[in-house]
Amino acid sequence: MKRAVLIAVPYFWLLALFMIPFLIVFKISLSDAALAIPPYMPTMKEGLGAMLSQLDFENFIFLTEDDLYWKAYLSSLKIAFISTVFTFLVGYPIAYAMARAPTQWRATLMMLIILPFWTSFLIRVYAWVGILSTEGLLNRFLMWIGIISDPLIILNTSTAVYIGIVYTYVPFMILPIYAALERLDESLIEAAEDLGCSRMKAFWLITVPLSKGGIIAGCFLVFIPALGEFVIPSLLGGSGTLMIGKVLFEEFFSNRDWPVASAVAVILLIILIIPIILFQRNEQRQQEAEE
Amino acid sequence: MKYMLGTVAVLAITSAAALAEEVRVYNWSDYIDEELLTKFESETGIKLIYDVFDSNEVLETKMLAGSSGYDVVVPSGEFLQRQITAGAFQPLDMSKLPNAANLWDVIKDRTAQYDAGNTHSINYMWGTTGLGVNTGKVAEALGDDAPIGSLELVFNPANMKKLSECGVHFLDAPSEMIPAALKYIGEDPNTQDPDVIKKAEAMLAGVRPYITKFHSSEYINALANGDICVAFGWSGDILQARDRAAEAENGVNIAYNAPSEGALMWFDQMAIPVDAPNPDAAHKFLNFIMDAQNMADASNYVYYANGNKASQEFLVEDVIGDTAIYPDAATLENLYTKSPYAQKVQRVVTRMWTKIKSGT
Repeated sequence: MKRAVLIAVPYFWLLALFMIPFLIVFKISLSDAALAIPPYMPTMKEGLGAMLSQLDFENFIFLTEDDLYWKAYLSSLKIAFISTVFTFLVGYPIAYAMARAPTQWRATLMMLIILPFWTSFLIRVYAWVGILSTEGLLNRFLMWIGIISDPLIILNTSTAVYIGIVYTYVPFMILPIYAALERLDESLIEAAEDLGCSRMKAFWLITVPLSKGGIIAGCFLVFIPALGEFVIPSLLGGSGTLMIGKVLFEEFFSNRDWPVASAVAVILLIILIIPIILFQRNEQRQQEAEE
Repeated sequence: MKYMLGTVAVLAITSAAALAEEVRVYNWSDYIDEELLTKFESETGIKLIYDVFDSNEVLETKMLAGSSGYDVVVPSGEFLQRQITAGAFQPLDMSKLPNAANLWDVIKDRTAQYDAGNTHSINYMWGTTGLGVNTGKVAEALGDDAPIGSLELVFNPANMKKLSECGVHFLDAPSEMIPAALKYIGEDPNTQDPDVIKKAEAMLAGVRPYITKFHSSEYINALANGDICVAFGWSGDILQARDRAAEAENGVNIAYNAPSEGALMWFDQMAIPVDAPNPDAAHKFLNFIMDAQNMADASNYVYYANGNKASQEFLVEDVIGDTAIYPDAATLENLYTKSPYAQKVQRVVTRMWTKIKSGT
């Protein structure tokens, strides 16, 4: 009985905060745009009968007819993937250094990683506008020390979007990797070195495989929100940076087409869910193999 | 005990504040003299919560979603018309708006095409969409006879190529830019025919490489600081940039011109959402705004013309005497207005705009 209650809590959470909103969005994606409040029909008020009688997938078919949508999905996947790689390259050494730091420092270091969250995310992204613009801090500094004579154009390009995503999400990469590395039994590395491994080889053979769980968790925590990111590309990116978050915004705000916007969102979710399920299956299989 | 009393007093004060009457106004950014807001509060005792937006699309989504929580909102004409059709606004109670007698019939006649009989809205301000120019930099790039009063300036690739070095901003508002583009190629700016609208795309694609940014509010500062030399934007915003540059004494001179080919004339209308929490206070706010002196203060501050005849005697010469703000009869004749796009046409326009901006 107690066990059933315990299991019910997360399932209730999933139902209330994921399944119900998803079903509402999915329902809207099957309706038609209309000039009314709310701007689609049929609505819930008209009942299940009206909904079923007008059921069709025309909004999803529409998405396949225009190359804008799959190009935006692909471009988002690319931006999210590259950002994840860079976030990993920046985050891993930091996590590693933290895990290797003397125990009495670790709490402080952890605090420093979390500290930026005390400022609003939006303000931190706006700060990058001030840093990266042609009249901004970075360009003035580089020109002052004489490395460049003309300002670099970074703001409103994809480079600025990568910088913004890596900056924003790097704590989500560091924390799980740090958790994995901190648990690592140091005697394993000593043993490897005693058995003739170089430090480098011990790192590759022991540390990296044992922190794999943290790496994968960190990569998912960065990749998933980066894929649907809207704020960073709209503030830092130029009009040439195509991302699905911006397409969704346009459908919702400029076209007032909630059904098509919902269809875009449903597809985005499917794109995200497939790799997550594959990953979980893989984990399960590994666990079974170990047992 | 004394301490306890203090706490009780504090609680009483805070709950009294929570009970005080509130009115929530949602207006465009940089669009009012903020002293008017405090004046309204002290005159009526109603707490005013003032939020801002910078695109009609954002406002419209809030209106169509319903329960926005706002008592007064300020959509532009064609958006107002569509939202009235959707049932988003309540009819105004004219008995609560004695100052409506101050309104100017020249503007009322034009806004009636969006709001039949002007029953759901009052005009706040109106203006034109046109060319903001940094005169010094443009003369440097194009010579002294640069066509700063013509669409040639921004739609002719030869001119734009030279201007791109000092920076050009366009409004990120297809409902304003596409009609201007159609006007330039000699088509009806008000067309609902997708095939005609698509003709604007080829022309815009030719100048696209030279456009620095599409944005609907950043150009005020960018023009004033001298970061860009041309902006296609709203009249009053550009005049505000002119003023900020003059105040900063940074050597930047800004001029506004409505294109000689014809400019879009738009109207920002104050309306009360159908589900406004406090429609009574909303009427008080509308009546306050229509007071001749108050409306004149607002126009004197933001450099937009208003639809209030009685306010004109209180306008400073800089505003009433400036033909960029109050156009002369000949220019007024040359202005055009725009009706909303049908849903299918809207999709074509948005899609085309995305393609122009991103190349996809």
